[in-house]
Amino acid sequence: MSDVLLSVEGLTRRFDVSKPWLNRVIEREERQFLTANADVSFEIRKGETFALVGESGSGKSTIAKMIVGLLEPSAGTIRFDGQVMDFASGAAMRALRRRFQMIFQDPFASLNPRWRVGDIIAEPIHTFGLLTGAAVRQEVGRLLELVGLSASDAAKFPHEFSGGQRQRIAIARALSSRPEFIVCDEPTSALDVSVQAQILNLMRDLQDEFGLTYLLISHDLSVVRHMSNRIGVLYLGRLVEIADAKRLFVEPQHPYTRMLLDAVPDLALSGRRRTPVTGEIPNPINPPPGCAFHPRCPHVMDICRQIVPAQTTTASGQAACHLLTQDDHRRTREPVA
Amino acid sequence: MTEFTPDESRPNALARAWDSDIAYSFRRSPLAIIAAVVSLIIILAAVFAPWIAPHDPFNPATLNLMDGFTPPMEPNAFTGNVYWLGTDNQGRDVFSTILFGARISLFVGFMAVLFAMVLGITLGLIAGYRGGWVDSLLMRVADVQLTFPSILLALLIFGVARGFIPPAYREAMAIWVLIVAIGLSDWVQYARVVRGATMVEKSKEYVQAARVIGAHPAKILLRHILPNVMGPVLVIATIGLALAIIAEATLSFLGVGVPPTQPSLGTLIRIGQGFLFSGEWWILLFPSLTLLALALSVNLLGDWLRDALNPRLR
Repeated sequence: MSDVLLSVEGLTRRFDVSKPWLNRVIEREERQFLTANADVSFEIRKGETFALVGESGSGKSTIAKMIVGLLEPSAGTIRFDGQVMDFASGAAMRALRRRFQMIFQDPFASLNPRWRVGDIIAEPIHTFGLLTGAAVRQEVGRLLELVGLSASDAAKFPHEFSGGQRQRIAIARALSSRPEFIVCDEPTSALDVSVQAQILNLMRDLQDEFGLTYLLISHDLSVVRHMSNRIGVLYLGRLVEIADAKRLFVEPQHPYTRMLLDAVPDLALSGRRRTPVTGEIPNPINPPPGCAFHPRCPHVMDICRQIVPAQTTTASGQAACHLLTQDDHRRTREPVA
Repeated sequence: MTEFTPDESRPNALARAWDSDIAYSFRRSPLAIIAAVVSLIIILAAVFAPWIAPHDPFNPATLNLMDGFTPPMEPNAFTGNVYWLGTDNQGRDVFSTILFGARISLFVGFMAVLFAMVLGITLGLIAGYRGGWVDSLLMRVADVQLTFPSILLALLIFGVARGFIPPAYREAMAIWVLIVAIGLSDWVQYARVVRGATMVEKSKEYVQAARVIGAHPAKILLRHILPNVMGPVLVIATIGLALAIIAEATLSFLGVGVPPTQPSLGTLIRIGQGFLFSGEWWILLFPSLTLLALALSVNLLGDWLRDALNPRLR
C-alpha cells in the first residue's frame, strides 16, 4: 500500500525494573521486566489522524517515544514511508528525522525556560540546516503568525506566555522543519478546557493546510472523537481494537472498548444501560495469562484465560477477542448501545 | 543564542537587572550588602595592589632593614618612618604585603574554583546524562574521594606533582600545582550537584524535543541542560571560593603552598606566628584579619545567594 506513511510491526518494549545487582544476589530475586508494549502493529495512512487511546499505564506514550526514537524498541520494526527507522544510523536517519516531529503533553516543560521563543522555534531549522541568516528570522515570524501569535513574540521568553500560547509555540517549533508526520502526545491534557478546543482546531487547520499526518495519543475520548479518522485501543500495552472513528463509538467490538466508552459521563442522562467499570489495569510486570483483559471482562470464557486472542478482521477494522471468533457467543452478546 | 535578542531591551537591561528578584533580595539583605562591599574592597585592593601599595615588598632595593619591626602607626626608632600596619622583620610594609598576599590568595582561589568547576560540571553532566555504568563509575570515584579530607588529598596531590616537576621549575610551577591540587580535591561537590540537576533536566520534554530532531548530545548538554543547572553551581562556587582561599592559606601555612618569594596570606600568617611571642603581634594579626574578613564575607555572600535562589525559602 503506497498511501501508508508509518507502519509499526510487532512493536514490543520491555523495561528492566530489576533491583540493583547486589540486592538481587542477596535477596535471591530474579531480574524483573515490565512489558510496556507487546506485539503492537498498526498502519497510519497519509493525511489521516490515527489516535491511540487507553487508560494510564496502557503504554500509549511508550509507543509514541519509540516511533520518534526517544526509546529503543525491544523488538519489532517501525517503517516510515517504506524505510525502516534505524536510529543508530546517522546520515540516513537525519533526512528521515526532518520529516517527523513531536508535540508534547506539558507545554511548561517542553520549552527551554532559558531560551527565547524565536530560538526555540528556530532550533530545528538550524539543526537541519534548512535556512540561514535573516531568512531564519523571517520564517520564525511566519510560523508564529501561523499558530496565532505575533512575530514580535520571538524575542520573549516562554514564561511570558500562558499554557495555550506555549502549546502554540510548541506547535510552531514542530512545524519549523516542515514535517509530514507529527506525533502528538496528549497535546491538550495539560490545558484548560476552554483552551483545548482552540489548540485542537488549530491542529486541524494546520493538517488541512499542510496535509499533515497525526498520531494522536490521548485518554480523552471526546478529543479523539473530534480529531481522529481511525482509533487504536490499547490495553496493558496490547492493541485490542482498531476501528474507524465513527464506527468505534457506535459499535465497539471489544468488551474493553465498550467499557471505556461506557465510562464517559453521560450528560444527556439517556438512561442507557452501561457496563460499569470494574477492576483495575493489572500489573504489567506480571500480566494475566491469555487475554490480558480477562480478569475484568464480563464475557470471560475458559479460552480467554489460556490463549492470547489473535487480531480478527471486523466490519470496521480489527479486534483481538475470542468472542469474535466464536459464533455461538457472538449471537448471545447483548446488543451494543 | 543572541539571534532573537530584542533591540529595545538593551538600553534598559540595567533597569531590568535592578528590578529582578535577585537584586530585590540583595537590596533587602543588609548582611549581603556588607559582605559584598567587604569582598569587593578586598578584591579590588588585591587586583590594583601594584598601584595602591605604598611600598613594593618584593623589591629588595627599596627595603631598609633598619625599618624592621616597626609597630603600627608609630615612627620607627631609627628612621622615623611611619607604617600604617607596621613592618615585618625585614622592614617590609605589612599593609603592602597583605595587598600582594591577598592578590595571590585570590588568584589561587579563583583559579582552583574554576578548575574544580570545569572538571566537576563536565563529569557531572556526562554522568547525569549518560547514566548506566559511566554514571556508576564516576560517582564511585567521587564517593571514594569524599572519604578523604580534602586538605589531605591536596597535600598528596601537591607532593606527587612536585615529584614529577624538575627542581628548576618547582618555584615557578608551585602556584599552578597548588591550584590543581585544591581544584582536584574539590570537584566532587560540583559533579554531584550537576549530576543530580542533569538527571532532572534530561527527563524534561524540552530535552526530548531536541533529541527528537537528532541534536548532538554535546549540544544538548551545553546549550539546553547547562544553562538550567548553573543556579546551584554558582552557589557552591561562591562558598567554594571561600573554602579554596582557606585551603590555600592552610597549605601555605603548613609550608607546602606558594614559595616565600611570593607570599600569600597563608604564608604571611606562617611567617607572622614566629614573632607572636616576641611581642610583634601586628605581623600575624593583620594578615589573619584580612583572611578572616575575606573568607567570611565571601561565605556570607554564598549563603545569601543560596537562599535567594531557593524559591522555597522566600
